[in-house]
Parts: sequence; C-alpha cells; structure tokens
Amino acid sequence: MTDELPRTDTAANAAGDAHPAAGEPLLRIEGVAKTFGTFRAVDGVSLDIKAGEFFALLGPSGCGKTTLLRMLAGFEAPDEGRILLGGKDIAQALPHQRPINMMFQNYALFPHLSVRDNIAFGLKRAGMARADIATRVAEMVALVKLDGLEKRKPDQLSGGQRQRVALARALARRPQLLLLDEPLAALDKKLRENTQGELMELQRRLGMTFIIVTHDQEEAMTMADRIGVMNAGKLAQVAGPRELYEAPRSRWIAQFVGDVNLFDAESKLRDGHRLVIGTRDAGTLVVAEPRQPVGESRFSVAIRPEKVKLSRRGPASEAGHETAINRLDGVIADICYLGGTTTYKVKLDAGGVVQASVANSARLDVDAYSLNQQIVAWFSPDDCVVLPS
Amino acid sequence: MSARRIFARPARFAAIAPYIWMLLFFLVPFGFVLKISLSQTAIAQPPYEPVFDLTAGWTAIRAAFAALGIDNFKLLSSDDLYVFAYLRSLTVAVTATALLLLIGYPIAYGMARLPKRRQAVAMVLVIVPFWTSFLIRIYAWINILQHDGLLNRILLALHLVSEPVVWLSTDTAMYIGIVYSYLPFMILPLYATLAKMEPALEEAASDLGAPPWQVFWLVTFPLSLPGVGAGVLLCFIPIVGEFVIPDLLAGSNSLMIGQTLWLEFFTNKDWPVASAAAIILLVVLLLPLLLYERLQRRQLEER
Repeated sequence: MTDELPRTDTAANAAGDAHPAAGEPLLRIEGVAKTFGTFRAVDGVSLDIKAGEFFALLGPSGCGKTTLLRMLAGFEAPDEGRILLGGKDIAQALPHQRPINMMFQNYALFPHLSVRDNIAFGLKRAGMARADIATRVAEMVALVKLDGLEKRKPDQLSGGQRQRVALARALARRPQLLLLDEPLAALDKKLRENTQGELMELQRRLGMTFIIVTHDQEEAMTMADRIGVMNAGKLAQVAGPRELYEAPRSRWIAQFVGDVNLFDAESKLRDGHRLVIGTRDAGTLVVAEPRQPVGESRFSVAIRPEKVKLSRRGPASEAGHETAINRLDGVIADICYLGGTTTYKVKLDAGGVVQASVANSARLDVDAYSLNQQIVAWFSPDDCVVLPS
Repeated sequence: MSARRIFARPARFAAIAPYIWMLLFFLVPFGFVLKISLSQTAIAQPPYEPVFDLTAGWTAIRAAFAALGIDNFKLLSSDDLYVFAYLRSLTVAVTATALLLLIGYPIAYGMARLPKRRQAVAMVLVIVPFWTSFLIRIYAWINILQHDGLLNRILLALHLVSEPVVWLSTDTAMYIGIVYSYLPFMILPLYATLAKMEPALEEAASDLGAPPWQVFWLVTFPLSLPGVGAGVLLCFIPIVGEFVIPDLLAGSNSLMIGQTLWLEFFTNKDWPVASAAAIILLVVLLLPLLLYERLQRRQLEER
C-alpha cells in the first residue's frame, strides 16, 4: 500500500498551495544572509533546489549550514535576501505557516505523547478529520516499520526507533520540502549505514524534496544528488558527489572532502596540452591542462591517495611517449592497515610526503610493502588537479 | 578487608539517617501532640491532664490511658468557629496559590528564555529578598499600605483615586503579603523545569503547524507540570497554616486556622484543643501530598 502514496499532498498543509511553475526550482534562495551580533553566520548564499532532489548541505561545524536550514524552517529570519518556495517569498513567514517540515538533530520528540500522538501532532494542527488522521498515522507507522510500538512513549524506545518516529512525524504532513538536521548523527555506524539506504529509498518513493545538513562527507556523498559545501557562511561549491570529489574548486574543498596530497607549485611551463610544474616537495610534475586557466596566482597540484600507485621499480617507462607519467622515488615511512585498503606514507627523496591508498585485493598479500622499503610512487597527469591556493 | 566492607557501614547509616531524623523530630513530637490532644484541659502546670508519670507505677499509667478521650475532636467538629477557620484557611490557600501560579509562571518562563548569563542575575534578584528578615518585609508592607502610605500617595498623585483607599486589615492586603512572600517558592521550581526543557521541542511543535498559543498549551505547559506541582505544594501547604501574614495584614473578623491555633494555645491556654486542631490540620494537608505522590508514581510507572 505504501507504494501508492501520492507524491506530495498538500491537504495537510495549511499554507501548502505553493507549486513551482514548470522549469522553475521548488526552492530558490537568493542572497540570504544572517548576522548574530558581529558574527556573519550565513553570508550571501544563493541556491536553487529542484523538486524531488536530495540535496546535502555539507560543512564543518560553525560553517552556517544549520543556520541556513533554520532559516528555511522559519526559526530564524534572514537579515538579507529572499527565500522563494514555489515562487512565493517565505523568508518572513512563521514556522507554522510553512509547508516545510523538519527532522531535528536530537529528534525533539514530545516526551509526554505516545508514538501515535507524536506522529498525529502535525495532522491535528492541520485540522484533518479523525478518521483520516488514524489512516495516515497507520500508514506512517508502516512506512517506518514501527508496528506495535504506537502506544509507547519516546523514552521507551531505542535510539533507532526514536529516529524513525521523528522521521514519520516530519513526513506525516507530506511536506513539499523536508529538512533533516544531522538526522543520523546519534546512531551507531552500522545502523547509520542501513538508515542512509532507507532514507534514500523513501525519498525516491515519496518523490519528496529533501535537504539534509551533515558534517559527514561520506554521508553526503552516499545519499545526495547534489552537495553544497559551506565554509565560513558561504557556499564554496555546489556539485554532484563525483564532481565534488574529482574536480574540487579550491584547495580547502579538496582537503575537506576526502584525503588529498597537495604540492605547492613554484614554476610552470606549458608543453602542448600539458603543464610542467616545478614543486618544492615533489620535484617536477606533469599535469593535464586545467579547465580553468591558471593565471599568475599561486596554485597547488592535488592528487587523491587512491590514484597514487606504488611499485618496487616503477612502471615500464616509455620514454618520449605521450602518456608520460609522474614518478616519485622515496621510502615507506608509515603503514596504516584499514582492512579494505592500506594507506602508505611515502617519504620522497625530493623532500615531501605522498600518501597512497592501496586496495588489499588479496587475502594473503606476500607482496605487501614494508617500512623503510625503497619504492616508486607514480600517477597519471590526468589524475592531478590544479587548484588555486 | 574488602572495600565493600569498609563502605558498607556508613552507606547503611546514610540510608537510615532520614528515618532516624523523621523519628526524632517528627514522629516523637507528633506522639506528644497526639497525646495532649486526647487529654483534658486543667488549671495546672502543664495545663492539661492526665500527665504520665512513669515513676507512679503500672496501674497509674493504665489509669492515665483510660482518661484519654476524643472529646476535643468532637468539640472542633461541632463548633462552627473551627470549621470556618479551616474553610477560610483552605479558601485563602487555594486563592493565593492560584494567584501565585498566574504571576509566577510568566516570570519563570521569561527567566528561562533569557540568555544564560542574565538567567543567573534574574535568579539572584528572585532570591535577594530572603536576605532581609521576613517580618521586616511584612512591616514594610504595612508601611506601604497604610492610610498615608506609599501606595495611597501614588494613587492620589496619579489622580486614580480621590481619597485614600483602606488597604490595611483587608483580604487584599493579606493576599498582597502572601503572594509577595511566597513568590520565590513558586518561581524557582517552575524555572528549574522550564530552563531544562529542550528548546527544540517548542520549535518542533511550531514546525508541525502549531501557532504560539498551541505550542504553549500542548507542549510547554504539559511538560512543566512537575514544576507546577512542586511550586503549588511548596506554597499551598505553608499558606494553609500561615499565621503571621493574616495576623498583621488581614482584618480580625475572620481567622485562619493558624491564628485560631495560636489563640487557643497562648490566650485560652487550652493546649488539648490547640493540639487537636493541629492534628486535623496535618491530616488536611496530608491529602494533597498523598495525591501528588500518587500522581508522580503513576508517571514513573508509565515510563
């Protein structure tokens, strides 16, 4: 029965008649800013979110992602800018007047109400008929698999069950937009991974628009269609998970999203559609010409650890061939076994350190490298990214 | 010797200490009062009989027991004076407690919503009056409320009244005095529950479509009920037995039970009747306590 849930139903939402025109984004954030005292928490953010999208706001704590989310929910009013939902400016509307619901970080379940009454709370406020409320609550309970727990109070539930109640309560009104504030932060790792999958599946099935706030880049990458990385109140980059990882727009983003080796450039030379870059720590590196031409400003070469290969003698060199390869000689300085992969730190003869992440593809790895072993780290120019410092 | 043994004794003592306290300072004196309430008044020292004399031997003690009776309780229930005093005490306590809740709740709510540092200041402001003697503060009110007191002068200056209003020796003055004196006892437990309430709960309610007044009635108020219960009990029980404030600020035409008790004890020197009145008061006050206790236990069991 849950498979036939209507996509979004605005009957339960008093102010829920905002529908975007064709081609228009569901939510448009325009130059929104918020200052607390002298601290500019959100500093001119503009962003479009399409209907049905799963969007993640990712950033370190204090970057303004939660403040931005709270402005969407209506708990804070922006000092500047507009928030358009289906073309209607809701920036100054009160929380109870918005067809938006939120799932709170610590769930904020009403401790004096049963699971059923928690889920029904929003439906009652919308003036739904009793019979309809009962049907909808039953539907929600089935959707989040809480059958049999309807009469329990929140403190009689486990963490995972509470999380489900919070989700059911936020979904019950079928909001046009669901905001999730670190929804999985309180769960342990295994449960978190399962729940990520369930959330994605639910979002697809209901066709709802989700905006999730998280500081966990893996969580954002796993779940979201698009990710907005925030830093110091600004949106640093908005991109899909792959683009964000493979083509970060700045040094800061490259470091925040995943691990990265960075080498500061000291000189550059054009060679066809390659750049030959002199670095202090890793000698001369050849990289593919970046899409954005590098001006005279300072820049770095970035390479992800899993794209750095190791071997005892280095690849068979095809001198003069076009696929010239970056070869760095060094010794293994540190080994970190992580189960699926092993991370090696290689101290380069040129002075720097490069990290290589190697998949442990065989159970008995007689070829594993050992500490202080002479080694060659190598990678293709196409795997390097040139980033402004 | 194991660590367990070393700590066993003090721990056991700590567990029974409250019971020893209760026995020494409540049950034993209560036994005396109960015994006096069953005695007859007499012109003697002490002013009642029989008096137990443990040296008089077994027969004398048995005779003394036989002389005890419930006449004083019969007197109290048959004389309107006492019944009215009890009723008035309860009426005053209910009214004053309701006023305290109405005034104290918004103050406590406001305090709990202040920034953390200001909360500490507000807390000190609530407690500061305790640094002055209670009696002095009540006398100050007499000063404010008297014929040419501050209140009347302000009212006259603002042309709100054309001649001084009689405040002293009225119920209004008494209620002002009681509400003023007991307000901290209402505010502090309320503040404690409201301050530890998660602000996200109110946000969640408004997020789910509740306008501000519904947020208050459906979430804030129900969750503050433990604080309401504690504040109401802390005020209601002592107000029922209140003696000083009604004596100094209210008129003398109708008395509260505390005043009646005082009269019987010191003016009429009728210790047995005064003791019986005290025991009935205790029983009356035990009822709301037991009710509260049962409510709390039911809440605990639900968890």
